[in-house]
Amino acid sequence: MSIKEYLTVREIIGPLLLVDDVEGAKYGELVEIEFPDGSVGTGNVLEVSGRKVLVQCFEDTRGLSIGKTRIRFRGRGMELPVSRDILGRVFGGLGDPIDGGPEIIATKRLDVNGNPINPTARDYPSDFIQTGVSAIDGLNPLVRGQKLPIFSGSGLPHSRLAAQIARQSAVLRKEEEFSVVFAAMGITFEEANYFIEEFRKTAAIERSVLFVNLADDPAMERIATPRMALTAAEYLAFDLGMHVLVIMTDMTYYCEALREVSAARKEVPGRRGYPGYLYTDLAMLYERAGRIKGAKGSITQIPILTMPEDDKTHPIPDLTGYITEGQIMLSRELHRRDIYPPIDVLPSLSRLKEKGIGEGRTREDHSNLSNQLFSAYARGKEAKELAVILGESALTEEDKMFASFSDEFEREFIRQGEFENRTMDFTLSVGWDLLRLLPRAELKRVKPEQIQKYMKQVD
Amino acid sequence: MEDSTGQIVKVAGPLVVGAGLPEPRMYDLVRVGSQRLMGEIIELRGDLASIQVYEETGGLGPGDPLFGTGGALSVELGPGLIESVYDGVQRPLDVIRSATGDFIARGVEMPGLDREKGWEFVPVAKVGQEVAAGDVLGTVQETKSVEHRVMVPPGVSGKVAEVMQGSFRVTDVVAVISGAEGDTEVTMMQRWPVRMPRPHNGKRAPRDQLVTGQRVIDTLFPIAKGGTACVPGPFGSGKTVIQHAIAKWANADIILFVGCGERGNEMTEVLLEFPELIDPYSGEPLTKRTVLIANTSNMPVAAREASVYTGITIAEYFRDMGYHVALQADSTSRWAEALREISGRLQEMPGEEGFPAYLGTRLASFYERAGLARCAGTEERTGSVTIVGSVSPPGGDLSEPVTQATLRVVKVFWGLEDRLAFRRHFPAINWLISYSLYLGEIEKRWNEEVAGDFHRLRSEAMSVLQREAELEEIVRLIGVEALSPAERLVMETAKSIREDFLQQNAFDEIDAFSSLRKQYLLLKLVMTFGSEAGKALEAGAGIKEVIGHPMRESIASAKYTPEEDLEELEALIAEVEEAMKLVVEGVVHDHELTESAAGRAREKVKKVFDTY
Ligand SMILES: Nc1ncnc2c1ncn2[C@@H]1O[C@H](COP(=O)(O)OP(=O)(O)O)[C@@H](O)[C@H]1O
Ligand SMILES: [Mg+2]
Repeated sequence: MSIKEYLTVREIIGPLLLVDDVEGAKYGELVEIEFPDGSVGTGNVLEVSGRKVLVQCFEDTRGLSIGKTRIRFRGRGMELPVSRDILGRVFGGLGDPIDGGPEIIATKRLDVNGNPINPTARDYPSDFIQTGVSAIDGLNPLVRGQKLPIFSGSGLPHSRLAAQIARQSAVLRKEEEFSVVFAAMGITFEEANYFIEEFRKTAAIERSVLFVNLADDPAMERIATPRMALTAAEYLAFDLGMHVLVIMTDMTYYCEALREVSAARKEVPGRRGYPGYLYTDLAMLYERAGRIKGAKGSITQIPILTMPEDDKTHPIPDLTGYITEGQIMLSRELHRRDIYPPIDVLPSLSRLKEKGIGEGRTREDHSNLSNQLFSAYARGKEAKELAVILGESALTEEDKMFASFSDEFEREFIRQGEFENRTMDFTLSVGWDLLRLLPRAELKRVKPEQIQKYMKQVD
Repeated sequence: MEDSTGQIVKVAGPLVVGAGLPEPRMYDLVRVGSQRLMGEIIELRGDLASIQVYEETGGLGPGDPLFGTGGALSVELGPGLIESVYDGVQRPLDVIRSATGDFIARGVEMPGLDREKGWEFVPVAKVGQEVAAGDVLGTVQETKSVEHRVMVPPGVSGKVAEVMQGSFRVTDVVAVISGAEGDTEVTMMQRWPVRMPRPHNGKRAPRDQLVTGQRVIDTLFPIAKGGTACVPGPFGSGKTVIQHAIAKWANADIILFVGCGERGNEMTEVLLEFPELIDPYSGEPLTKRTVLIANTSNMPVAAREASVYTGITIAEYFRDMGYHVALQADSTSRWAEALREISGRLQEMPGEEGFPAYLGTRLASFYERAGLARCAGTEERTGSVTIVGSVSPPGGDLSEPVTQATLRVVKVFWGLEDRLAFRRHFPAINWLISYSLYLGEIEKRWNEEVAGDFHRLRSEAMSVLQREAELEEIVRLIGVEALSPAERLVMETAKSIREDFLQQNAFDEIDAFSSLRKQYLLLKLVMTFGSEAGKALEAGAGIKEVIGHPMRESIASAKYTPEEDLEELEALIAEVEEAMKLVVEGVVHDHELTESAAGRAREKVKKVFDTY
């Protein structure tokens, strides 16, 4: 197909170009934008009406001019060339190699938007992934094929936690292949570099594919970055049969880029200026996690987002939580008290927990123990809140026990080292030890035989 | 393939504008582009027709062809619906998968009903009989649980000229009706436009309880067959678990589960779990009475808009046969957002939070399709459609437009709260804000069907919970010391109502479902403790002695009593009364009595845990 070139840009508004007198443009089509200085950028068709085409430019539009910008329609959507050689490579936010290595000789070119997994083709995620982090393994376990985001705030150690999960969860049965796909959107060089170094150190780099859009890269490029990453992940998981862990950070910057486009299009905004279709847009990304019946591989997603003003009702965390299978919530308060990882377990949730744990998967007491720890911790926190208002003396003896339980729980169970890789047995035994602080009669969620069996007797 | 009858002039996401369609009508179905994607006309301006497309529109552009079909978006109704998994426009997802693989490709045309399968048609109508629309011509045993009643289609009436017997495909003629305008050949399959309610002979006020097996719902905020309910709550508060529980345990004949813009894995869960679970009423696997519509969040947004209509139309069709149908829509907010998205593309004037001004009317007319109705036809038959809609308010804020518009039309409100979910109190239905307008009618029936004192116990429990909220306020301000022993007991009874009655674990084999009888006995048990302990206090017993009584352990585990052992609960109630009397008499606890109760409790707990 011959590529048509147009010099008919009529308007440039923010990241959008309006091109006139175009013949045969298609919705979603890939567009090449040649800047007056000869450099070439990428865009895609957002809307086409008669001969008028609205193009979203993934580059910074600085330097574009109405008269001298050349637009070429490529006759296809945006694609990612893939082959096994993408492993170990670093790409920019639009999928071009930026590590100085050779171009990928593609065995396939895949549409980055993907297609939805047929719900009848899905296999239910139920294989427990041991992350070595007690607050996750013990209380909010991650399973293969799950999408479990980290809800964080600026300055909180979500990167360290995500890196720790990636590092420690690589333990697998021998015959299985594992890889990490990493998508950076709008984060700083330092943060991105932290991950890259981290992968280098653990030699995970050969099993990783990185897509990097930094804070000073064009903001619009970020809209494409997670799609690149997930397309690579689908290839690795469902073509090559690998278990893929996708870390996407920071989804907040991705959403802000979407908002910018929406504002430039003068769309009617939904909440807080974010477009009404943000839910659908995010779902198109998050739902690309999962397992498929009969397929060897899987895609597990850990998206990271920083909640503006630590507000979990903000549309980004809110809509994310409505789509993902739970969330790991970080707490500024725990962080201030120097508890790493600062996971607030009460509002955290793993929706796939029930299917992933128990006899034959982790341990038969896992579910009951975790419910017991949850409710005891919740009660302790309530008692402590009461004490703040009324003073210690207002608490009953029991309240006091629960209050000190919750302190110990944060110190012993939640808190652990960044390089401490706890076994499941260890995590559970810490839990049982802590329950000794409470009266037996209060332990209604674990069964007597379990207490007998797992709680160390002290005399 | 027919000739192209129009051309695309504009593509903006799921919305395509076309020109040149001959006589386009609102809500006509149109095939879009050379892949013939499905679309529906939703706006007409001069020669221009705006079409919402049920598939991804990438790659479409001006000049691409449009094909008019002249018909409205319709569903196929007949044997083969049960056990199907459809997308929002009734394409069978399992069939699509075998044809095109694990990812949904575009432009797949698949009929909703299998054309090849043979069904054993047993005639009911006799040759020569006068029949009208809705009358049953014959039956097909569609699954073990469902007898499919093949009815005279709407608009047809006359004398039965011929009626067949034997194995037929859905498109084969099974009867001939001669009417004023000649003979009509009737097949087992009908088509009906989804946006139009199916006719019936008038509605009646819902009166019978739809028993869901969920204690907080059935006892505190019950829903009637033919009623409407909404479940709003922030993410993670338990909407989907409640919807699944209703789909599993409700005493309906047919279940229609519409997964509207939610998670793919939740659909998978239903698909994997329902064949394994046994319907407590029919003894057959749950799939044998279920139709699933799965238009997940990543599937096209226009098809999501259509999915609730596809669902309700199928539900009405089974209602017409005289069945009680329960439809779950999870989540109506995603449907409303689809409306908003399309409305935005049409550049309509937005109302609140960008939703179109007609949001309220659309919601109301959807819920209005629920109801208990006299079915069409000459014979007396009633059927019902119950709708339970999840609502997903942004940030859990109930003042948002979808929740508010829904609350104006539904009669039952189960308000979920994340504060309860964080404490792992499930179902996280807040008992102070929820309500049911069917309560009065349903309570009357409890007198005959459950027990004369059930509704008294219920209102006492509600006032204890109310009192608890007030007392908690005092504790928060002054401390627990400020409470009198009687007030401490109220707090304890409330705690027992919450923990031993309201909390219900959907993942526990026994606890997942409670019959009304069991609900009644459990509530009676908890309330008996409260009232008897009150008497003991008045007679001078110490509060510690009362609330620390070992009987309470048995009360706590009573919910794990299997349905076949309910007489144990009656015995337990008697024991509680006895135990409190003994406290009053100042008698040292009858050791044997409490020991035996505690022993039984332990055994029960063990039984329950063993079932894991
Ligand atoms: N009745 C219940 N019993 C036990 N756990 C429950 C119950 N209801 C909800 N949960 C827990 O809450 C989680 C979220 O519930 P879900 O229905 O998916 O929430 P929502 O649909 O409101 O986002 C579930 O994964 C489960 O862990
Ligand atoms: Mg849900």
